[in-house]
Amino acid sequence: MSNIPSELKYTKSHEWVRVEDDGTLTVGITDHAQGLLGDMVFVELPEVESNFAGGEECAVVESVKAASDVYCPVAGEVIAINEELADAPETANQDPYGNGWIFRLQPEDAHELDDLLDAEAYTDLVAAEAH
Amino acid sequence: MSQRTPLFEQHIKAGGKMVDFAGWEMPIHYGSQIEEHHQVRNDAGMFDVSHMAVLDFEGPGVKDFLRHLLANDVARLTTPGKALYSCMLNERGGVIDDLIVYFMNPTWYRMVVNAGTRVKDLAWMRQQARGFDLTIRERTDLAMIAVQGPKARDKVHQALGKNIDAARALKPFFGVLCGDERGELMVASTGYTGEDGYEIMLPAPQAASTWQALIKAGVKPTGLGARDTLRLEAGMNLYGQDMNEDVTPLESGLTWTVAFEPAARDFIGRAALDAQRAAGVAHKLVGLILEDRGVLRAHQKVVTAAGDGEITSGSFSPTLGKSIALARIPAAASGNCQVEIRGKLLAARIVKYPFARNGQACID
Repeated sequence: MSNIPSELKYTKSHEWVRVEDDGTLTVGITDHAQGLLGDMVFVELPEVESNFAGGEECAVVESVKAASDVYCPVAGEVIAINEELADAPETANQDPYGNGWIFRLQPEDAHELDDLLDAEAYTDLVAAEAH
Repeated sequence: MSQRTPLFEQHIKAGGKMVDFAGWEMPIHYGSQIEEHHQVRNDAGMFDVSHMAVLDFEGPGVKDFLRHLLANDVARLTTPGKALYSCMLNERGGVIDDLIVYFMNPTWYRMVVNAGTRVKDLAWMRQQARGFDLTIRERTDLAMIAVQGPKARDKVHQALGKNIDAARALKPFFGVLCGDERGELMVASTGYTGEDGYEIMLPAPQAASTWQALIKAGVKPTGLGARDTLRLEAGMNLYGQDMNEDVTPLESGLTWTVAFEPAARDFIGRAALDAQRAAGVAHKLVGLILEDRGVLRAHQKVVTAAGDGEITSGSFSPTLGKSIALARIPAAASGNCQVEIRGKLLAARIVKYPFARNGQACID
């Protein structure tokens, strides 16, 4: 069973979102997603200061097996990226909720966060996909 | 409803992540595909390949039939147990399947064909066999385990003991029957990884206990994911990806597997291949190494000075630490090229494969 921390928010496309004290968002892919993809070998990061709509493709994670898009959870501007993933993409496997974060976002409208899943709803989603 | 091999329970027990492969529930990995890859290059790993079809061809007409059916020439096999890699072609010279055929004795040849092509292969073979005196028997009673890696042979002998001693003397690409009163057992020095090792065909009821004995001897279960990166590094084609019914062996890096001599041998597809050779083969299969960061994947466009081509298989090479691919490109292309990935053109280099074999990188 994959790890789904209760304090985070989630998307249906398997990103996790942490709301930081300053209102910015840290985004990565869930433990469930990294487990499905397997050994990560490349992460294509978004550019800092680029803007994305909610649900828009903004990064790509590639495992040995396949390439998978990462979607921007809500509309906003990228304010930081995890450059360590360029040299150590396996960090997204080993520590998906910590050092494996992908980017930080300044959301346009904090209310959009209400549309994200909580841990309980995401747990149900993962369980439903297993059947 | 997908099918399961006799080793299904063993995969679950070993933590295998099961996926659908050609209608079979097979393990893609048991934790880490990259670790399993290195395990085979450096030590010994095993694959359940029971989904592949083992076919026995028996009868007085078998040699003449196979000389007609296959692009390679089974007349080259004169020592019992000797194996041959061949394509089976349609009349247009397109590849219906690639396979290994073993010469058992003058009236018995054994063949191993791909799981995904089993049904169409059998239909084609039975259609072509009319007028030849032989029977074709599908050996669904057998399971198959491939044990590969520099330490594979030692560990197999440790696990299976004296009754397979006859396999110790096997040169590459041979098989030997080691059966006893418990049933038929064949050990062959063949594989699909670029490493030394064995492929073992055995009665299905013995598969689980043999798998357990191999684990005790230190052989690690290895999934289809690592099988794919190992064969790609070794420069071995995957049917359905690197070749299919619309391309010939001459466009697929497999000219060496076509026996044009003797000229009088009229195998299926020969006329088409002769015409293609006479006109000049427009495309070739080459290796690519990506110089920029990223991962090469099948169907990406390759841009060369001589025209465009396409990647047929691409992945990350754990041995080289870079992305590699097989690609079909214009015959005149060489040197540097570009690959289009998500709208960007990235730098790549055209190379001769294999990329890695026998535990070693073959390319800088």
